[in-house]
Amino acid sequence: MTDPLNVCLEKRAPHDLPDAPRSVGWISPKRVVLADQANPLPLDCGIELAPVTVEYETYGRLSPAKDNAVFVLHALSGDAHAAGWDRDWARDNRPWRQERPGWWDEMIGPGKAFDTDSFYLVCANILGSCYGTTGPWSPNPENEGRPYGLDFPVVTVEDWIRLQVRLQDYLGIEQLLAVAGGSLGGQQALAWAINYPDRIRSAIILAASARLGAQGLAFNAVGRQAIFNDPCFNRGNYYNSEAPAGGLELARMLGHITYLSADSMEGKFGRRYQNGKRPCYRLEDEFMVESYLSHQGRSFVNRFDANSYLYLSRAMDYYDAASNNGGDLEAACAAIRADLLLISYTSDWLYPPESTRAVAEAVLAAGHPVSYIEIPSTYGHDAFLLEAEKTAPLINSFLRRGAQG
Amino acid sequence: MKKRKRLDHQLIFKLIKPGSRVLDLGCGKGELLARLAAEKKISGQAVERNPARVADAIRAGVAVYQKDLDCGLPEFKKDSFDYAILEMTLQQLERPLAALEETLRVSRFTIVSFPNFNYRGVVGKLVETGRMPVTPALPYSWHNTPNIHLFTLYDFLDWAEQRGVTVVAGYASAAGSPFRPLNLPLDSSEAEELLFVITLPGSGQPQSTGADA
Repeated sequence: MTDPLNVCLEKRAPHDLPDAPRSVGWISPKRVVLADQANPLPLDCGIELAPVTVEYETYGRLSPAKDNAVFVLHALSGDAHAAGWDRDWARDNRPWRQERPGWWDEMIGPGKAFDTDSFYLVCANILGSCYGTTGPWSPNPENEGRPYGLDFPVVTVEDWIRLQVRLQDYLGIEQLLAVAGGSLGGQQALAWAINYPDRIRSAIILAASARLGAQGLAFNAVGRQAIFNDPCFNRGNYYNSEAPAGGLELARMLGHITYLSADSMEGKFGRRYQNGKRPCYRLEDEFMVESYLSHQGRSFVNRFDANSYLYLSRAMDYYDAASNNGGDLEAACAAIRADLLLISYTSDWLYPPESTRAVAEAVLAAGHPVSYIEIPSTYGHDAFLLEAEKTAPLINSFLRRGAQG
Repeated sequence: MKKRKRLDHQLIFKLIKPGSRVLDLGCGKGELLARLAAEKKISGQAVERNPARVADAIRAGVAVYQKDLDCGLPEFKKDSFDYAILEMTLQQLERPLAALEETLRVSRFTIVSFPNFNYRGVVGKLVETGRMPVTPALPYSWHNTPNIHLFTLYDFLDWAEQRGVTVVAGYASAAGSPFRPLNLPLDSSEAEELLFVITLPGSGQPQSTGADA
């Protein structure tokens, strides 16, 4: 099946193949150990974690002055494979990477928004994920090398940034030209700007805000319950048995609803039946929207770890840019030195435009300039990936201005 | 219209002191602020409500905040800026006086320009044709004009007097000629476009804002 229900594929331009002039081509993921027993990674929860490995990819060339580096920050289900085609998909057992290039390939490459002819791009997998960076699937040195499972410490967005700072130091880059991301990646960019103001020159924040609202917390809670209640979950110890695929599938289906909008679902699926124009009088997979969600859920379980979903969605819940300032976002934003570009999308209800605007308002109130734009879109939260045509020229101009400044 | 905009820009560019903090309200494509940043090293913030113009301004390298001025400027603190610019924008607002109050609050000097509805070229056309005048400074038809609060030189001066606002400087332009210092009472009907620098008494140090032109 060629995935006829995937709205993403329909909207997206054809992939740039590895030999296309605008593709970064074949890419090999890199891994580096950034914390060991002698130098563990301190976490917000109080635990010191070691060892910690980070998987990352790079595109373009670091300038001799090391002043053209941009960290691209991925969202909940993302990975370090932001652009190009994975040469090592077979070695790493990631067959889905044969099908498509990295998750932000439309934006990263020669002549694209993040122009690899000018900029050096770095994308690292976040702590707790399942794509090469240490996570619940990793061997726990305190348990004879068995996977951590739920013994993995609860991690936060700030922990992720603390680890990325180590990667920045490892790469020998004193100041990043920019950090950029959407959704949970946008919250990381904001965390960089507030917590490490002198380490970045600019931050690009798409479809994100200072904190997730109660409605978002509620959706994440139900997603996690779906995983907890899967009979295969076994308190997270499933690495040598059947994985809790049904629960993860359900969590992903629920997540997908929050990534779309009422309009985009109506336009794409409406009330159309999966098989023709008449009901089949059955309870499963009758409407197209049902089949779409099931398909998204099923393809997700082949490439994601249920424990990682629990940890990353919890980090998303916890993040609050103002938490260190008693809830005062303006006070938190007073630390910011970087130039900010904030982009929201009109139909996004997971991180609605008002919530992104609230960050802009706090930054302005703190006396710092900001760029904020609401891009008209019907694609909901997913617009930050799907509206590449509208978003790319803004990012490119903003980066070039930062590079001159 | 474009050429006139540039005349406006030229005068504002001259008025603004190097290194100052500038808020450009209704910035359009952001050319003025981009030029001020490049040549006078000002620190600028633009505000614009039309997302297409906001995108243009971002591409021009300007820090621009998408916002409808009719919602006020509560996110900006008192005296955050040396200058606030309302360039050919006031007549397009639902609540023009509220916007002026906001610019007077957040900046020491407000630079405001607007088309003068008492200009003889406007009044003449209205009387001669019996129809809403379409002129280079008012290039719209009655049904599609964004100019919903048209007013005149004396309307503005009346407001300034009632509000206790100090008019630091006034300039007039007509038929595409460069702006020159205001000449009362002649300019009541001779001026096609007007530009004023205003401030509230006690709002910072009085400084010379006369154009060097």
